[in-house]
Amino acid sequence: MNYLWAFVVGGGICVVGQLLLDYTKLTPARILTAFVVAGVVLSAVGLYAPLAEFAGSGASVPLLGFGHLLAQGVQKAVDAIGLPGAFTGGLTAAAGGIAASLICGVLAALLAKSKDQN
Amino acid sequence: MKLNPKQYEEMTKRASPPSPVWKDCLWAFFVGGAICCLGEGIRQIWLLWYDEELAGTLTSLVLILLSALLTMPGWYQKLAAKAGAGTLVPITGFANSVVSPAIEFKAEGWITGVGAKIFIIAGPVITYGVLASWVWGLLYWVMGKF
Repeated sequence: MNYLWAFVVGGGICVVGQLLLDYTKLTPARILTAFVVAGVVLSAVGLYAPLAEFAGSGASVPLLGFGHLLAQGVQKAVDAIGLPGAFTGGLTAAAGGIAASLICGVLAALLAKSKDQN
Repeated sequence: MKLNPKQYEEMTKRASPPSPVWKDCLWAFFVGGAICCLGEGIRQIWLLWYDEELAGTLTSLVLILLSALLTMPGWYQKLAAKAGAGTLVPITGFANSVVSPAIEFKAEGWITGVGAKIFIIAGPVITYGVLASWVWGLLYWVMGKF
């Protein structure tokens, strides 16, 4: 069941993105940004945690989950150290994903040639 | 021929055949769903050894690595041409948006090329994500005072 709900919820979130791509003139960069900010908002109002509980990776793998991670991180840090946590919590929680992407990016640039892109 | 933006838009509309929305959505649903399912499988394995939080982080790391490996030979982009948001919205799409410009702008050097352009899409995503989470952090802190 875990897998079924991960599939359905994750796929459903991607369909929302696809509808935005098809019906609006939003570029991919804008859609990704919108999804992360929407994830923060949904997490802040308390809707995303139950979804993540229910759908597992179906909720955490789409970029909405990245926003949820930021919001949860901030909340945890504010609980621990107060106001400064609003500054440190988000990036602390997201550090692994961001660092991994950047490291993979530079290593890939080292290994690949520009012309490989087509 | 001189065109104003409106005429140009009309022309491109006529010239580009409409991609049927339902077909795009099916592709997005199945590819996006499959990537999340793969993520769930990876997460279940990590959960054997680690707690929820660390298992989630490790799952993201594996998906990012896979995405980078598929981006290097251009396979991820090929899938993305069909799957649209199905490959864009998952974390693998974010990784692709970091790795792809890093490779593409290697020709412009390691600082102003790779180093700067690596953030061309990740930059706004991280910036506004952090801003939104900071606002939520402030609100949450204020709420905790009452």
